[in-house]
Amino acid sequence: MNNSASLITIFISMVLINNFIVAKFLGLCPFFGVSKKLSNAFSMGIAVTLVMMLASIATTVIYNYILVPFEVEYMNIIIYILVIAALVQIVEITIRRTNISLYNAFGIYLPLITTNCAVLGITLINATNNYSIVQSIISALGGGIGFTLLLIIMSGIRERIELAEVPKSMRGLPIAFIIAAILSIAFMGFSGLL
Amino acid sequence: MVELKEKSTGKKFWFEFLKGIVITNPVFVLVLGLCPTLAVTVSVDNAIGMSAGVIFVLLGSNIIISLVRNITPNMVRIPVFIVVIATFVTILSLVFEAYIPPLYESLGIYLPLIVVNCIILGRAEAFAQKSPVLYSIADALGIGVGFTISILIVSLLREILGTGKLSIFGSTLFSIPVLSESPLALFIMPPGAFLVLGLLLALFRWLGVLKNE
Repeated sequence: MNNSASLITIFISMVLINNFIVAKFLGLCPFFGVSKKLSNAFSMGIAVTLVMMLASIATTVIYNYILVPFEVEYMNIIIYILVIAALVQIVEITIRRTNISLYNAFGIYLPLITTNCAVLGITLINATNNYSIVQSIISALGGGIGFTLLLIIMSGIRERIELAEVPKSMRGLPIAFIIAAILSIAFMGFSGLL
Repeated sequence: MVELKEKSTGKKFWFEFLKGIVITNPVFVLVLGLCPTLAVTVSVDNAIGMSAGVIFVLLGSNIIISLVRNITPNMVRIPVFIVVIATFVTILSLVFEAYIPPLYESLGIYLPLIVVNCIILGRAEAFAQKSPVLYSIADALGIGVGFTISILIVSLLREILGTGKLSIFGSTLFSIPVLSESPLALFIMPPGAFLVLGLLLALFRWLGVLKNE
């Protein structure tokens, strides 16, 4: 828990330098699946950010106060995935009961988030770096914002690509991968930032 | 899926095995399990390690899920699948940590992330929960080999272009004269992964192996 990385360093690093999508390849299924429309991309990004933050809080507490004292850190994979699955269910039920329009906006993406590698990824990154609870929350927030940012950029570009004349065999996924490669090159420019 | 009720067990076993390599190739046809495909294909060593891991987990989870398919209530099947898969991933990660630490280090968080690899949960849901054990084994092996071939292709291209040489577990097999002095380092960086996979998908579509959208 004695980690010296400052909160701002963690945040900037997660948003720009170690961006979840273009540098760590986490959460690619929604990135290519949901990024066809701008509005869907935004809802998905917010839903993932929310679940990532809640999962980070829950798993960091469990890791530091249950797994480490009992010396069963190797159980973290099973515990984390169960916590995430339960959390996603709770968030889904809560949103459905309290705000039906919000549920209609991103309720359908919630079940998919359980198997989104971004959520399990952030909890494992927090555990590997021994982040405290506050550091975990900030790293999850940064990761989520970075994910949302890329999802929005990507969906904006893909809405334009729909109108462009793309070679037949490049249509759909292949061109999306090429766009991702170019975005990834652009984001490499941030690597000297810190 | 093609109905093969008339065929003998052996033939059906081979059909389920071969189907995973070509017709439902997890990487190029279904485009599942992208995180490991892109992240660990920096070197052929990593790709081999990841494939071995995926085959182990896929085989283990397919066998167990197929065995318990008749006693698992439909409502809780997904949590059951996830726990079975997570158990095998834990075993795998402990084995790698104990016996091959360098590989464990270089795979990093992508080893535990096999839990959320859509290929494995996908096979449990689509195949193992409604098929006998023997065919589930064939399916796991087929999909596993299909995955291995795909990520080997990607990692071979990335390692050769990105470093100018090919080395497997420390021994250099060959090195290309000019390329090894000034390699295209972009290919072993994150953008190279997207580029190689995108171009491969386009190539397979152009050749007619995959259908156009």
